Amino acid sequence: MASTIHCDIVSAEAEIFSGTAAMVVITGEEGELGIAPRHAPLLTRIKPGQVRVMLPEGGEEFYYVSGGMLEVQPHVVTVLADTAARADDLDEAAAVRAKEEAERALSDRTADMEVAEAQARLAEAVAQLAALERLRKNLKR
Amino acid sequence: MSGSREIVGQIKSIKNTRKVTRALEMVSASKIRKAQDRMQASRPYARMIRQAVGHLAHANPEYKHPFTQPHAEVKRVGYIVISSDRGLCGGLNNNLFRKLLARIKQHQDDGQEVELVLVGRKAAQFFKRINIKITAATQDLGEQPQLEDLIGSIKIMLDGYREGDLDELHVCYNQFINTMSQQITFDQVLPLPATEDEPMLEYWDYLYEPDPESLLNDLLVRYIESLIYHATLENLASEHAARMVAMKSASDNANNLIDELNLAYNKARQAAITQEISEIVSGAAAV
Repeated sequence: MASTIHCDIVSAEAEIFSGTAAMVVITGEEGELGIAPRHAPLLTRIKPGQVRVMLPEGGEEFYYVSGGMLEVQPHVVTVLADTAARADDLDEAAAVRAKEEAERALSDRTADMEVAEAQARLAEAVAQLAALERLRKNLKR
Repeated sequence: MSGSREIVGQIKSIKNTRKVTRALEMVSASKIRKAQDRMQASRPYARMIRQAVGHLAHANPEYKHPFTQPHAEVKRVGYIVISSDRGLCGGLNNNLFRKLLARIKQHQDDGQEVELVLVGRKAAQFFKRINIKITAATQDLGEQPQLEDLIGSIKIMLDGYREGDLDELHVCYNQFINTMSQQITFDQVLPLPATEDEPMLEYWDYLYEPDPESLLNDLLVRYIESLIYHATLENLASEHAARMVAMKSASDNANNLIDELNLAYNKARQAAITQEISEIVSGAAAV
């Protein structure tokens, strides 16, 4: 156990990888990080890029992350991966979109009114037709 | 015979309806499973963040993040309302809205303003008729909700809280308990309720790159996003479960109706035959 470290890569939507690794290589905000077992506890942001997990039995696995957070404890590495590309201006754009959506949902009120109005007109027309029909029957008699 | 022909028509149309409700029931039954899996998959992320946040808070007791600080006076309350995009799921959405309206009324009686973030088309349809401030909305999340769709709405509310425009934030959704029962749940998001501190066995601290404050901020934003994302997944599973149950009872009702109509049809048919026979017999007797 001494020469391996447990590695979890999770995103809000799914667990991407969970298992032991000999070493994990990842791009942190301040530079490339190689995390070997018994690394000092560390918390940092990560840049978009790949996570290289070196498996204890040899071989490597690659995962792409579009940013997120990295937490390191002596025997556990946790990558909290973002599923979406994140940046302040991107978030801002998403916020604007959500606001617009709200306005659109509200403005649909007029469309709804139109439907209601049309329905009222239709009901009126139907009632008139029914009255005419009755009148005609009465006349026949 | 005209009565019996009408009944045949009715039976036919009810049988068609039953086909639809049965199909919907089966589709929902298969989707519940997937929605539950997705709920499970989103759990580790929240758990990991909670651990990291708990540790950060422990290691830096002097730094208080705005999200954990309650505001002195509560004047504006925000609700994130999570609903389904589609109907035909029994009273799932309407029960939630009704409960929420009762709470909104209470806030207004207390002199507090309310603003809403609407997730899902049903919420938008319902609340546009009511005069409440709607800050943001997202629709059409589909079968696989993406965190991306929620980020914008959540950011508006978090910014509002940070700037003091908003004093509390709640999320309301239908919690999935099992296929037969869903529970309407109101969770407080901001200020973040204090988590129970686990006693730390030994003291150690992280190396922070760059600094603890900004990392804590990032973590908390992601934590809140994951909470709300999880709520949408719960609501999705609830939607499918509720639809399955509603469609099952609709199919049962259709079956009952068909049985009754069949009975009526047979009676009408028999009456017609009896009448014909008696006419023939009396005709023969007259000759």
